[in-house]
Amino acid sequence: MKITLKVWRQQNGKTPGNFNTYTLPDVSEDMSFLEMFDVLNDELIRKGEDPIAFDHDCREGICGMCSMYINGRAHGPLTGTTTCQLHMRHFNDGDTIVVEPWRASAFPIIKDLMVDRSAFDRVIQAGGFISVNTGNAVDANSIPIPKEDADKAFDAAACIGCGACVATCKNASAMLFVSAKVSQLALLPQGQPERHLRVKKMVEVMDEEGFGNCTNTGACEVECPKGISLDHIARMNRDYLVSNIVD
Amino acid sequence: MILDAKIPEGPIAEKWTRYKATIPLVNPANKRNIEIIVVGTGLAGASAAATLGEMGYKVKAFCFQDSPRRAHSIAAQGGINAAKNYSNDGDSVHRLFYDTIKGGDYRSREANVHRLAEVSTAIIDQCVAQGVPFAREYGGLLDNRSFGGVQVSRTFYAKGQTGQQLLLGAYSALSRQIGRKQVQIFSRHEMLDVVIIDGKARGIIARDLITGKLERHFGHAVVLATGGYGNVFFLSTNAMGSNTTAIWKAHKKGAFFGNPCFTQIHPTCIPVSGDHQSKLTLMSESLRNDGRIWVPKKKDDSRKAVDIPEEERDYYLERRYPAFGNLVPRDIASRAAKERCDAGYGVGSSKMAVYLDFSDSIRRLGKDVIEARYGNLFEIYEKITGEDPYTTPMRIYPAVHYTMGGLWVDYNLMTTIPGLYATGECNFSDHGANRLGASALMQGLADGYFVLPITIGEFLSKDIRTKAIPTDHPEFEKAEKEAQERIARLMSIKGSKPVDHFHKELGKVMWEYCGMARNAEGLQKAKKMVQDIRTSFWKEVIIPGSADETNQELEKALRVADFLELGELMIDDAFDRNESCGGHFREEYQTEDGEALRDDNNYAYVSAWEYKGDNQAEVLHKEPLVFENVKLVQRSYK
Ligand SMILES: Cc1cc2nc3c(=O)[nH]c(=O)nc-3n(C[C@H](O)[C@H](O)[C@H](O)COP(=O)(O)OP(=O)(O)OC[C@H]3O[C@@H](n4cnc5c(N)ncnc54)[C@H](O)[C@@H]3O)c2cc1C
Ligand code: SF4
Ligand code: FES
Repeated sequence: MKITLKVWRQQNGKTPGNFNTYTLPDVSEDMSFLEMFDVLNDELIRKGEDPIAFDHDCREGICGMCSMYINGRAHGPLTGTTTCQLHMRHFNDGDTIVVEPWRASAFPIIKDLMVDRSAFDRVIQAGGFISVNTGNAVDANSIPIPKEDADKAFDAAACIGCGACVATCKNASAMLFVSAKVSQLALLPQGQPERHLRVKKMVEVMDEEGFGNCTNTGACEVECPKGISLDHIARMNRDYLVSNIVD
Repeated sequence: MILDAKIPEGPIAEKWTRYKATIPLVNPANKRNIEIIVVGTGLAGASAAATLGEMGYKVKAFCFQDSPRRAHSIAAQGGINAAKNYSNDGDSVHRLFYDTIKGGDYRSREANVHRLAEVSTAIIDQCVAQGVPFAREYGGLLDNRSFGGVQVSRTFYAKGQTGQQLLLGAYSALSRQIGRKQVQIFSRHEMLDVVIIDGKARGIIARDLITGKLERHFGHAVVLATGGYGNVFFLSTNAMGSNTTAIWKAHKKGAFFGNPCFTQIHPTCIPVSGDHQSKLTLMSESLRNDGRIWVPKKKDDSRKAVDIPEEERDYYLERRYPAFGNLVPRDIASRAAKERCDAGYGVGSSKMAVYLDFSDSIRRLGKDVIEARYGNLFEIYEKITGEDPYTTPMRIYPAVHYTMGGLWVDYNLMTTIPGLYATGECNFSDHGANRLGASALMQGLADGYFVLPITIGEFLSKDIRTKAIPTDHPEFEKAEKEAQERIARLMSIKGSKPVDHFHKELGKVMWEYCGMARNAEGLQKAKKMVQDIRTSFWKEVIIPGSADETNQELEKALRVADFLELGELMIDDAFDRNESCGGHFREEYQTEDGEALRDDNNYAYVSAWEYKGDNQAEVLHKEPLVFENVKLVQRSYK
């Protein structure tokens, strides 16, 4: 199929960017979206032009590195799908596709479609863990956990840290990401001792990093490739309130 | 140089305990003054960096991704082994030890493997304490599944995302230490060389992948945890960035390379769909618990899978290996698939695939149960192929997945360069010629949480008076200059072909001649071909842009330049080993029914290769493998 791509090009964080148009005459349906970019880049390089920079690594939807805003949607048109898992069979011959980086002030652009998401790491560093040194653990089966709780914790823990929730939110809020971690640990008995301190610290850093407020629009849940639920935000809000009262 | 594995004295089951009790320690006050560099933040690196930080060392951790959480360990699906015997099916440390030695086709070191089995149980405890949400039963206790090559259920899992959950656990521990300023993190940094001062590893040269700037970092010791080198084949289940640069540069500086040709080809991956293919996707081995593998009994059968009646299907694994059936080890399952396809029984448009069929299990257990067990894997499959595995069998074919080879290390996990350690997939230890499923995660975390943080004390305890060496030391300068020159040389070629072109060429040669089956003639041919590709790479590659900025082509070029050298060593190693064992199948050495034929009299050794300089033959050293606790027998899964 023939595909026209309008891609955001930006040399680095200091220069302004603009859209460039590229036409690919022969895209196979079996190609992944990123493989189409490989083909385009191959062509650009052979012409001595700068290839399009984009983040990717696992190419199977789990590392959270890929991050393209495709036709106005984070990770493209399919729900529950990362950019790298998107295949060209979901597009039509003759389509024009607009591709941009994640846009959020907490995620500055590095080059073309690459952004800096290290703010997420700093939020986790503030408290997204259980403080247990290596070698201090009790036997794993001495902490029975109801399957239902374990499964819910797992669902929250499935977040891949891609940042689509931030990119898609009109306020660039990181609530879905942060609440997923808060919620995972709050659902488990091991997470109880630090439960309230954790949420406070993480929210504090989240605010410092310049993420916006949550106004309950719910766009994040729709675009999250891992189906992280808004329930986690509700749970985090409750915990956050309690943590202030406990204070 | 004589290889000394430094295996402690005593009966196998007591070696580690006794050794731990006698190893020199570094006291807390001194730990504060000791700096350690950890390259890699996968399971092996993140767990080591976190633990070393907890112990009070000053740690610098490096990864090339934008966050330590994205190391390729994240992609592991199926599970992690541990000798907990929660299933009460007769498992024990000894059994896990034995299974691993046997599974590795008797080409690993007993003492290391036994230690691995011993610490396996503590890993599960640690991970649960961190909040890793393993699968549980309704009673609230942990659930287990079985994996290939064993007859017990000892595999802990978190749906099909075990690696992700374990890595996020290690990442959280690492993040905690970063928050406490015990660990300093350098994301989007690529190590380009190790710096050696007075015979000891004392630092690294790293490139900031955003600015392109080269940096010097000092450490009293350097730990490499940089993962596997399966991408030498271009197509593999590894992530796009997985590379050999760190260990290859260490090798060129004096670290011996162990068993480079031992590669694992995973039997169940999604087949190649076209020339644009950039990587291959694994379908977890756990699927073989409930999926049955078959091909049509008739050659070139073009009917749809569902239209082929039961009696016209050849469940060839169940036929050939009744005792283990679909759960034979990976090397055996892969070769059996290749054998059927080569003989003309393959399916799909390329005819290079076999079926993995869940219809029996769905009938027996219901779709819900299968969905709960493998839902996300089925989804991945459907996304890639556009086919629904609930109604039509998966098409699968073997693909490069894991490298058992890596830097040679002694019992302390130290390479032949004092102060330089290698952990996780990037060392050669523990898995012999074939790794059992769910054992890499175990090894990575064993090394990082429980082994290295202790064994490194042996080296560091002698170094407590060593002050941090300033990075304007001539050796730092020299190493940086070398890296700089290599980059400048690459940038100046300005040829006509992109890096990928050469990478694909290399991959084809390696897969054809040094992949699932090898023979002397082919290997000799391949050696010449790899040399030729390397020569043309250095003449014809083109890298647009400059080296002083974000430049992903340059990153690739630096990695591929190293793969082009490593490939040749893998070929040499495969050529040297005149036997078949595990994943190394030399066509000249097979039993009558096509099984690997080992030669224990002549090849029961670890090959450890020493680099001698550009364009010079590497020298082979041998570490004899002594088996005192298991009897060497022909591996049988029949
Ligand atoms: C698809 C897939 C599924 C798997 N499933 C299982 C399973 O179910 N069970 C199991 O036991 N094993 C499984 N494995 C194997 C297992 O995941 C790996 O062997 C293991 O995770 C490797 O961990 P590691 O820490 O050694 O390396 P990795 O996780 O690969 O980490 C390497 C680290 O090194 C860094 N790095 C590399 N080179 C450089 C450099 N030059 N400079 C700076 N940093 C560098 C990277 O950034 C990264 O942080 C699977 C593997 C794959 C590919
Ligand atoms: S919550 Fe969803 S969208 Fe947000 S980072 Fe996690 S996986 Fe990505
Ligand atoms: S590249 Fe890893 S999730 Fe897309």
